Amino acid sequence: MALISEGKFVEDEWRHLADEEDLPRSGKIVVSQQRLEEALAGLGPEQGLGVRLPNTADPAAIAPYFSRLSLIAIAFPAFTDGRGFSLARLVRRAGFKGELRASGRLVADQALHARQCGFDTIEIPHDIAQRQNEAQWAKALGSYAETYQEGYGTRGSILERRRKAAL
Amino acid sequence: MTAHDPQQAARPNTPTTTYLYDNYDTAFVRERVAEFREQVRRRLEGATTEEEFRPFRLMNGLYLQLHAYMLRVAIPYGTLTARQMRSLADIADKWDKGYGHFTTRQNLQFNWPKLVDVPDILEALAEVEMHAIQTSGNCIRNVTADHFSGVAADEYEDPRPTAEFLRQWSSLHSEFSFLPRKFKIAVSGAAQDRAAVKVHDIGLRVVAGPGGEPGYEVYVGGGLGRSPFVGKVVREFLPREDLLAYLEAILRVYNRFGRRDNKYKARIKILVHETGLDQIRAEVEAEFAAMDRTPFAHDAEEFARIAAFFAPPPYETLPAQSEALQSAKRENPAFAAFAEVNVSAHKIDGYAIVTVSLKPTGGIPGDATSAQMRVLADASEKFGFGELRVSHEQNIVLPHVKKDDLFALWRMLDAAGLATANVGLLTDIISCPGLDYCSLATARSIPIAQAISRRFKDEERQREIGRLGIKISGCINACGHHHVGAIGVLGLEKKGQESYQITLGGDPSLSASVGELLGPGVGADQVADVIEHIVDFYLSERQGEERFIDTWRRLGHARFKDVLRREGENGADI
Ligand code: HEM
Ligand code: SF4
Repeated sequence: MALISEGKFVEDEWRHLADEEDLPRSGKIVVSQQRLEEALAGLGPEQGLGVRLPNTADPAAIAPYFSRLSLIAIAFPAFTDGRGFSLARLVRRAGFKGELRASGRLVADQALHARQCGFDTIEIPHDIAQRQNEAQWAKALGSYAETYQEGYGTRGSILERRRKAAL
Repeated sequence: MTAHDPQQAARPNTPTTTYLYDNYDTAFVRERVAEFREQVRRRLEGATTEEEFRPFRLMNGLYLQLHAYMLRVAIPYGTLTARQMRSLADIADKWDKGYGHFTTRQNLQFNWPKLVDVPDILEALAEVEMHAIQTSGNCIRNVTADHFSGVAADEYEDPRPTAEFLRQWSSLHSEFSFLPRKFKIAVSGAAQDRAAVKVHDIGLRVVAGPGGEPGYEVYVGGGLGRSPFVGKVVREFLPREDLLAYLEAILRVYNRFGRRDNKYKARIKILVHETGLDQIRAEVEAEFAAMDRTPFAHDAEEFARIAAFFAPPPYETLPAQSEALQSAKRENPAFAAFAEVNVSAHKIDGYAIVTVSLKPTGGIPGDATSAQMRVLADASEKFGFGELRVSHEQNIVLPHVKKDDLFALWRMLDAAGLATANVGLLTDIISCPGLDYCSLATARSIPIAQAISRRFKDEERQREIGRLGIKISGCINACGHHHVGAIGVLGLEKKGQESYQITLGGDPSLSASVGELLGPGVGADQVADVIEHIVDFYLSERQGEERFIDTWRRLGHARFKDVLRREGENGADI
């Protein structure tokens, strides 16, 4: 997998733990939702913990763990499946402040969608990263100076700017 | 800012009866063109696969049809200026085959553009404040509205400010661009529903609230396609300031819970049907209550800003009756027929609404040549404050014509082959492109429309028959709205042969109903015959001024079925 943050390919400090792997004693790890309780009990307090969520997850069920989670990765089984965008908004609304990651076959054309819905990073398979280089991701992210809706990580909507200009 | 803002006034001859872009809108549409240019470049370079490119080309209106690409240009709420119409004509000449096709969703389709030219076409559109954004794809589609908005005598409020407000909100909505399926919204603000709000994913009717303030009656889950549903009321009265937030709640529930396992069950109508209206309403209301409303706090001000653009044009004070009109009608029977059939009541004395039919005898419903587009643009400037509308019946409306000018306008239209006096009558047929263009089609539909149109070309006979909508689709996807045609025709394929199912009793208005099947399918060359028999039966049975649909409702479907059965017994191959 390749990791993109703010239109740049970056080093990934996190390791996805497969369900059959043992919990490591060090390093930042991402576990599935089923192993969350186990990881909370087994990890040291200094160890970074993240969770992978399917795009059908119930945000209310995960909210109690927010304070202990540094990363939430939401799965995109297909780039055309937009459920992850709504889930991201709900996770942000419920108060999650850590790194929110879109994980799956997203394409560069979705860089802005992801950021506006609250994602910090995008994790894509290598075959897409090979075709769609950093320049394409950066360009896509900067396609619009402003959009009509309020989003995370944007400068305020066109509506808001108009209103301020009229005051 | 108002329609008469100095920034806007810098552009001469632009009417202020419709929305004009400000710098933000202009920048947004320009950026969209640049983005698409880059997307095409990446596709041609191989950075994106066809599968990855597809949703993005669709969200810019670009379809891959049977023979070529098709570009669907958005005409928000069906409103066009003369300048925009001319630009469409220029595009048709420069990049297409000199004509365009006006659609049932108030859009315009070019049938023969080349992929590499599309960014330039979009740039030419942006030049006149137009685009092809979200005319296709699994996103919120171009919002449609009553084509008589702002001028209809039975109107409570012009629905176009609402539609424009929704256009902006839905454009590049980051959360709702990858929905389970396409999402269509229509708005109406009059007693009579000319926007078919009950057969849309969301239908909005502007209505007065308990204190007399304007708000919305909200329908959800209507739609045609394979499984037609009439929309249900999810909220009886929604205050205006809650509009965007409430729609966002509906869309969020749909985006999360709408089916994605089967594309034919993915529309919100299926979610509403399978989950139940009460449950959906509960979920929408719960989401609405939980929402952070800060981003919507100033919606009412923004609505007011937009609404100010839709000012009435500078009407003259005129007597209600026009002497000139009366005498022209007496002297010219062809004009008299046009005035009777294609002209509707305007809310201002001395003015009329003119519908120009794009359904000449034997023509392709909704097609207009570039020359005709220019005549329409000229006519609107000469006689109608430079404004035009596209109706979902695929006709063009000149919304404010002085009654005194009707005869001169008619002469101008007649010279361009645009004076067919059949609006609302039998040959004002809605038809999808069918097998002549569409890769999903199971049968032709345009030639069927042409055959019916030729059969019933006698305008006097059509007037005698009265209002009767025929709607034709070339497959079960129902782009031609056959479910809501008083007479619906659905083209299917049976053992390698085209076979046409005929339905009766469909109605797209507030008394919405889905048509019932008349009997087994008939062959292509029999459709006109069967329709003729049905019409004859209606004429023999109708009481007084009764419309076809009312006679059908009174007599019941079975009586009409007998007509087709007798046909079969008389040797017709059905
Ligand atoms: C040639 C390309 C076209 C294709 C491939 C196409 C495809 C489809 C499909 C698959 C549906 C069913 C969608 C569903 O129920 O979820 C549909 C519905 C529809 N299409 Fe088309 N269509 C085409 C052209 C048109 C044209 C030219 C018009 C307008 C004249 C049109 C207007 C509509 C409308 C109004 C519906 C109604 C169903 C609804 O939304 O409830 N389509 N189309
Ligand atoms: S109804 Fe069928 S044939 Fe007609 S345009 Fe739609 S998909 Fe094509």
